[in-house]
Amino acid sequence: MAVDHIITKRFNIVDAHTLDGYLASGGYRGLRRALEMVPSDVHEEVKTASLLGRGGAGFPAGVKWGFCPPGVWPRYLVVNGDESEPGTYKDRLLMERDPHQLIEGCLIASYALGLSQCFLYVRGEMAEAQERVAAALNEAYEAGYIGKNICGTDFSVDIVLHWGAGAYIVGEETALLESLEGRRGMPRLKPPAFPASFGLYGKPTIVNNVETLSNLPWIIEHGGAAFAELGGEQSTGTRMFAVSGHVKRPGVYEVEFGVTTFREIIYADEYAGGIAGGRELKCFIPGGASAPWFYEEHLDLPLDKATVDQAGSMLGSGAIVVMDETTDAVAACHNLVRFFARESCGKCTPCREGTAWMEQILSRVLHRQARPDDLDLLLDICDNISPGFAWPPKMTTICPLGPSAVSPVISALGRFKDEFETYIAQSQARPRIPVASG
Amino acid sequence: MSRFIDENLRLAREIIARYPKPRSAMIPLLHLAQEQNGYVPQDAMEEVAELVGVSSAEVLGTLSFYEMFKQIQPGRYQVNICHGISCFLCGAGELLSHAEEKLGIKSGGTTPDGMFSLEAVECIAACTEAPALQVNYRYSHRSTSEGFDELVDALAAGDRTDIPEHGILATVRQRIPSERAAGASSPDVSEVPVWLGEG
Repeated sequence: MAVDHIITKRFNIVDAHTLDGYLASGGYRGLRRALEMVPSDVHEEVKTASLLGRGGAGFPAGVKWGFCPPGVWPRYLVVNGDESEPGTYKDRLLMERDPHQLIEGCLIASYALGLSQCFLYVRGEMAEAQERVAAALNEAYEAGYIGKNICGTDFSVDIVLHWGAGAYIVGEETALLESLEGRRGMPRLKPPAFPASFGLYGKPTIVNNVETLSNLPWIIEHGGAAFAELGGEQSTGTRMFAVSGHVKRPGVYEVEFGVTTFREIIYADEYAGGIAGGRELKCFIPGGASAPWFYEEHLDLPLDKATVDQAGSMLGSGAIVVMDETTDAVAACHNLVRFFARESCGKCTPCREGTAWMEQILSRVLHRQARPDDLDLLLDICDNISPGFAWPPKMTTICPLGPSAVSPVISALGRFKDEFETYIAQSQARPRIPVASG
Repeated sequence: MSRFIDENLRLAREIIARYPKPRSAMIPLLHLAQEQNGYVPQDAMEEVAELVGVSSAEVLGTLSFYEMFKQIQPGRYQVNICHGISCFLCGAGELLSHAEEKLGIKSGGTTPDGMFSLEAVECIAACTEAPALQVNYRYSHRSTSEGFDELVDALAAGDRTDIPEHGILATVRQRIPSERAAGASSPDVSEVPVWLGEG
């Protein structure tokens, strides 16, 4: 069942991050092939590949590209390298180990769509990725792969490396554009601000994830049809999944998309090798902190977008977090909610106020200082952020950060309510601290 | 006193020229100011404001949104311990307690000698390498208490020359040779890219 790796195929080549190492292993062949094609045919190949975006939302890249309004220029490309969803670890690896592959992907996209400038936004905290990407860009400029008259053709585009400065919300594509315009990273209201029509400086802008773009060189070299043959019917190609938490061999694995099951990737010896210490599985998060939790009964589902969506969660950014039977569900829930409370940008009231309240309540419960009606209050707040706890959520906020904070609460309370009740019972048994005495 | 030295001022202007609008250079320029000073002092904010053509209040407004920008001098080494979900499951809490004990400060504090600042931070994208930490944004994977002590001792002894002092984010910087540059693409100039031809 081992499939040839596409985007991680150079991870074992020591000098793959250098231009020499990249060229020696077939680098820039996709770009050269693209330059021999008519730009619109390059776009067609990506549509044929059915490449789903790898950043979280999973929208088909070729379709997203088609949303640029005709006749409106210039168009920009913004690369989303702000990877920060808890559990997610793949884009940093792609930038550190194979930066030229990403650059080649940016060039192919720019050529296909007539994008006249590219901004490669890399999360600020990733110093080594910044260095590797900068060095690769410098080499590629010198060698004529980026800039004016690329490879001697009339195709010209600059790629500008842009350092982020620490904010999870900037991974949301419109917040990313705000940040790139030198502002606080607060999401824009959509509509009208769908980036493909109204993006950077109000111009058509394609925002693609690092992993998405890293697939393009292979797709153009081998053809979209060859890519679509790999993986499931709708989830094509391969995909990187980070399996972390209580497993024997935590790691990042590139597997055929839509085919491999959770049971295989969590338990098989060639992947994460099962739960550490011979313990039992309690639950797992299938797609990053924002995703509702899965349990034993979901293990045989394939890592397929449609299947996981239908089962009430999401593959998100390819982050599988495994929790064993010793995990305190209340503490895990508090940890996840605290993240969203801390990262809320403050623009929308339900999220700004709600996530902070949720964190406070969960903190009270965890410290056995809970009030008897705290769980009702917690659910009431959740309902105000994500009415009816629907999946996918009904939005009361501009972006999905607020509803994401609701996922762990509904999951943990739905399955492990007894653990919360134990904390609350212990809270009531504890003597209250007097506000004044004596 | 904290205005850009000549070399950085030249670099700042080069960075601004890469963008279609100067304001887009604000975050890169704040990183440059932090690199020069270890933090972003008030007069550096004023200079960045002048360079990108906004008020210094707008610079403060942007800067204060982002975790990495410091308005007071942190320690020479900013130690960030991840307490995201994967690291939490793999012992980040114990690692943080140990770090607080070893450094004699609480999370959020700086040692009296100005060598170390300690902070518990959200996910740093090293989830399969938990528990993870960073010193000045350089990773340490699968950290243990013993490994932490060794790291701190080596930093204190000046033996970790691979980790630059706080503020220096990346030791390799992008350079766009002027003869190779395609140039910034202004949003105000509506031109069909030449390689698309007439279509």
